[in-house]
Amino acid sequence: MSAQAPTSDLFRSERMRRRRIVNWIVEGAATLAALLAVAVLVIVVGSVVSRGWHAINLDFFTKSQALYSGFGPRPASGIENAIIGTLIIIGIALLMALPVAILTAIYLNELAPRKLASVLTLAFDVLNGIPAIVLGIFVFIFVVVGHGQAAWKASFALAILMVPMIARSTQEVLALVPISMREASLALGAAKWRTTLSVVLPQAVGGIVTGATLATARAAGETAPLLFTTALYDNSVHTDPRQPLASIPMFIFTSAEQADPVLHEQAWGAAAVLIGIILIASLIARWFADKSVRRLKGER
Amino acid sequence: MAVAQERARGPAALQRRGRFRPGDAVLYVVTCAAALTGVVLLALITREVFVEAWPAMQKFGLHFLTTQAWGDNNKTLFGAKSFIFGTVVTSLGALLIATPVSLAIALFLTELAPRWIRHVVAPLIELLAAIPSVVLGLWGILVLGPFITGTLGPALHGTFGWLPIFASKPTVGSNMFAAILILTIMIIPIVSSICRELFVGVPSELKDGALALGATRWEVVRGVIFPYARAGIAAALILGLGRALGEAIAVTQVIGNNVAIHADLFKPGDTLASRIAGQYQGADTALQVASLVYLAVILLVFSLIANLAAQLIVRRVAGRHQIR
Repeated sequence: MSAQAPTSDLFRSERMRRRRIVNWIVEGAATLAALLAVAVLVIVVGSVVSRGWHAINLDFFTKSQALYSGFGPRPASGIENAIIGTLIIIGIALLMALPVAILTAIYLNELAPRKLASVLTLAFDVLNGIPAIVLGIFVFIFVVVGHGQAAWKASFALAILMVPMIARSTQEVLALVPISMREASLALGAAKWRTTLSVVLPQAVGGIVTGATLATARAAGETAPLLFTTALYDNSVHTDPRQPLASIPMFIFTSAEQADPVLHEQAWGAAAVLIGIILIASLIARWFADKSVRRLKGER
Repeated sequence: MAVAQERARGPAALQRRGRFRPGDAVLYVVTCAAALTGVVLLALITREVFVEAWPAMQKFGLHFLTTQAWGDNNKTLFGAKSFIFGTVVTSLGALLIATPVSLAIALFLTELAPRWIRHVVAPLIELLAAIPSVVLGLWGILVLGPFITGTLGPALHGTFGWLPIFASKPTVGSNMFAAILILTIMIIPIVSSICRELFVGVPSELKDGALALGATRWEVVRGVIFPYARAGIAAALILGLGRALGEAIAVTQVIGNNVAIHADLFKPGDTLASRIAGQYQGADTALQVASLVYLAVILLVFSLIANLAAQLIVRRVAGRHQIR
């Protein structure tokens, strides 16, 4: 500051100085907190990648888990069965969740009386907050006890988790579709169902894709619903969802509990694959979300 | 005016007069059935869980909540006391650390950071929420655990050893403190992203007014932003708490799965969700299964209360904003 700067008593006062110092400390702390959160992300992802790197090779994707007796050379081992299992489990969960979620969003946004819609939305929001392990226990009681584990039962548990997420994001995009489009369609003589399905819904495809991708990414990493529904699998590649299938999260969970350092390395490798899948899915979802919202808001 | 009112009632109010369209009825019935799944599933989950837990409820009653045992007396005595203790301590501990950090992150992103930093940091923090709990648990066992026994634990014990919560040096990496840290990492992204939305929603007239009166940024935060967003912050914290209560996988990986009650955080413990997850390889007796589901009942009740409370607060706040 130059010598001519205004130096009133107000600026020099002890009280003002203290207020500024407090402000400065809080601003510093807030910046530090944000840095800390980013640092944690970098440390976690960094240790997964750096430790999992060595495990990832061609065998890792094309071979199943090999049992090792402890003698002789170690057979090449991978997570092919877990990758295929996860894809099947998630695929079926998506098939179960998607129609229910889209129909739900249509009802809540286009057809339901407002009061009823808010009660039903509340139910989905509360359902969304039920711990995954409780969903796992529910599916265990409902379809596993007395019938045995199966991959589709895990899909069922994951679908319960996915429906509220997909329905919510579809609903948010449906709400952005201009009401004049519905009015125009109705005025041209189209029935309400026709208007909803062929005028309103196509506008919301971006939101549906975003919600479905995010829900898939979240479900792909969930372990709790798999514990009681598809944990008792063997170490070869299966594709039949009527029997328990291996999955990447279960592989990580069980390998982490072992004392074998080679299994730990494989668990890190599997974690790197899982995080990779989830990151890519999240990026795709973000891109779709930006695109569709921008289009609906008319700023190309 | 009439058109505006008509539009305010939303798409559901748009009706065509004229002949009956079967397609409309079909769409209405099918979508309504889908929308009812939320309510139906909530009811079904509650009913199934209560029915399955009934044998244990009959045998132990409410003493289950105050009994510290799991499979004692030749697998005839089960109780949830130590798991409830572990759940409360770990989730409140995580909330205690996560609250100031999350608020600070949200303030940084809305009030301090330049635009480009905001656009980089906000998605990164949301990515933290996308890391699967099983991966965080793996990291907890193999990286965080050794760090706690080797560096952090002795340091905390050395400085704050007079506090009962740091009374001993950690001997194993699996302990309640590790669980608290992992849960903290899990709930920070949730709480901070909700708070960020709340802070963005504070009308800039109010903030500008306070600044014009000579308030510092912190005084604006304390005097305008926090009071304005108070209810929403409470809801965000309850949602974070609900998430911490229910996390099973990461916790069971790092907490040490011990039926015990210690004030000392460097001792292993267990939570409701973690105990359920730990028993996945099979419970031996019908009573053990029923007791396990009894734990799920307690967890379900906890999370239903927490989520219902948070959602009702959110709705009240949203309603207030709509009226303005």
